[in-house]
Amino acid sequence: MTPGAEATPGIWQVAYIVAALTIVLSIKWLASPVTARRGVISGEFGLLFAIVGTLLRQEVVNFEWILVCMAIGTAIGVPLAYLMPMTAVPQLTALSHAFGAFAAALVGTADYYKSIAQGHPFTGATMAAIVIETVLGYLTCTASVMAFGKLQDLVPTRPMTYKGQNFVNVALLVFAVALGVWMIYEPAPAWVFPAYTVLSLLFGVLLIMPIGGGDMPTVIALLNSYAGAACCAMGFALGNRLLIIAGAVNASSGFILSVIMCKAMNRSFTNVLFGAFGQVQAGASTKMAQRPVRSATPEDAAEILSSARKVIVVPGYGMAVAQAQHKLRELADSLIKRGVDVQFAIHPVAGRMPGHMNVLLAEADIPYDRLHEMEDINQDFAETDVALVIGANDVVNPAARHDKTSPIYGMPILDVDKAQTVMVIKRSMNPGFAGIDNELYYMPRTLMLFGDAKAVVGEIAKELPVHA
Amino acid sequence: MSNELEVSLYVLVLAVPLGLELVRRVSPLLHTPLMSLTNAISAISVVGAILIAGAGDSQTLSQVLGCVAVTFATINIVAGFLITDRMLKMFKKKETK
Repeated sequence: MTPGAEATPGIWQVAYIVAALTIVLSIKWLASPVTARRGVISGEFGLLFAIVGTLLRQEVVNFEWILVCMAIGTAIGVPLAYLMPMTAVPQLTALSHAFGAFAAALVGTADYYKSIAQGHPFTGATMAAIVIETVLGYLTCTASVMAFGKLQDLVPTRPMTYKGQNFVNVALLVFAVALGVWMIYEPAPAWVFPAYTVLSLLFGVLLIMPIGGGDMPTVIALLNSYAGAACCAMGFALGNRLLIIAGAVNASSGFILSVIMCKAMNRSFTNVLFGAFGQVQAGASTKMAQRPVRSATPEDAAEILSSARKVIVVPGYGMAVAQAQHKLRELADSLIKRGVDVQFAIHPVAGRMPGHMNVLLAEADIPYDRLHEMEDINQDFAETDVALVIGANDVVNPAARHDKTSPIYGMPILDVDKAQTVMVIKRSMNPGFAGIDNELYYMPRTLMLFGDAKAVVGEIAKELPVHA
Repeated sequence: MSNELEVSLYVLVLAVPLGLELVRRVSPLLHTPLMSLTNAISAISVVGAILIAGAGDSQTLSQVLGCVAVTFATINIVAGFLITDRMLKMFKKKETK
């Protein structure tokens, strides 16, 4: 850059600075539901400034294909966002991650081959950035596709494990890192980069295979973090600080969320990634399954609910699967009209992604001031007449408090067992995804309502007026 | 260490704590929209994709890869923002009846 050019910065540089500012503000505004939509608009402007700024740069001379590709991307993205039902948000997010990460990896690949074609291959810091960008991009891409498959039930959600799995994964990673280091220190032979790419792609698949469906909140957040880190690395490769800022903000966002999710399950990162949760305890659960349970009909449930003063609803993944949130709203509405105090208790890891239940209940028009976090509502269960558990399992299992042999021991749970009556809506007595039996179901105060969550909630709601 | 790299590293060490601090303040109520918003923002890699696809001096392979990258990043941006907006529209404080 000549001294003269430095005195008058290009329009694109100004656009980049505005983009960085709006992106930071967008996350700041997302902090509260009141300003959240302003946050989205700010983020949209951020990306708009970044794209327009880039198109205005002197280096960019071919526009036709870029515009065509953007049109294609929009044509695919719009229906994707509008046709997916709200219950499928975790899958959609995983898929969207896969696309973004793939794009980042392709840019790294293209930059690498461009430097080779021009006869001065990268070394040192730039190559290090490209190496990190591509490995994170490719592994996030395949890992996200796998996560999508598990969430969409295309791939078995139970952890898939085999002997020596961790050894294979670590060996693969070490091999990939070695290739990466080789490329950083000297221009490596032509086979190294493709091999590195394949290893990265493969590692993404292997990383997700042993992870169970219930650990998806942590995994999706972690993949979000990787996508951000890939972006950040791209910023270093291109000397582009806008990418560094956006990538870093993103990476830290995903990282914090996955830490929150891990804490909510009282587990460590390594345990989530390498623990193959749910496999170990499958044997232990069978011996408890013979104990008697009290089952009830929707009529009984309606009777008890309509005479209650305070009801706390605990939704879980089962509610999402059955799409029961709208029927639940009808039930809550008629109970509220009868003067019952109805509140909702949300466990941090309920569902398949952070905040999953909040979105579904919001979709059913349940106002968010009735939704409460675990710490805020746990002391209320003792003075609650009915705790209504819909499709939640491990997050209400009292074993987490006292049974040291339980795999979920130490995980903070919702204390539904302290309520006067506990009602559990569940498809069958089969243990949840983790294969852990739940002693809550055998308590004398617990009533089991077997059936599809949507159907059962609907029937309870229908029974209510008769008793009024 | 080049001056360029030094400045970039300064930007990084400032941006990471800023990101951590901003995200810590987001209510758990909005964690899903937060994820889809940051997902859309991570598609800012479209900048790198445009630079490689639009450069006059890229060979065909790099240009093709760049164009594919632009397409995928655009899907990510569009889907990410639209779904975030769709979710946030649903969060209401009072009963509307």
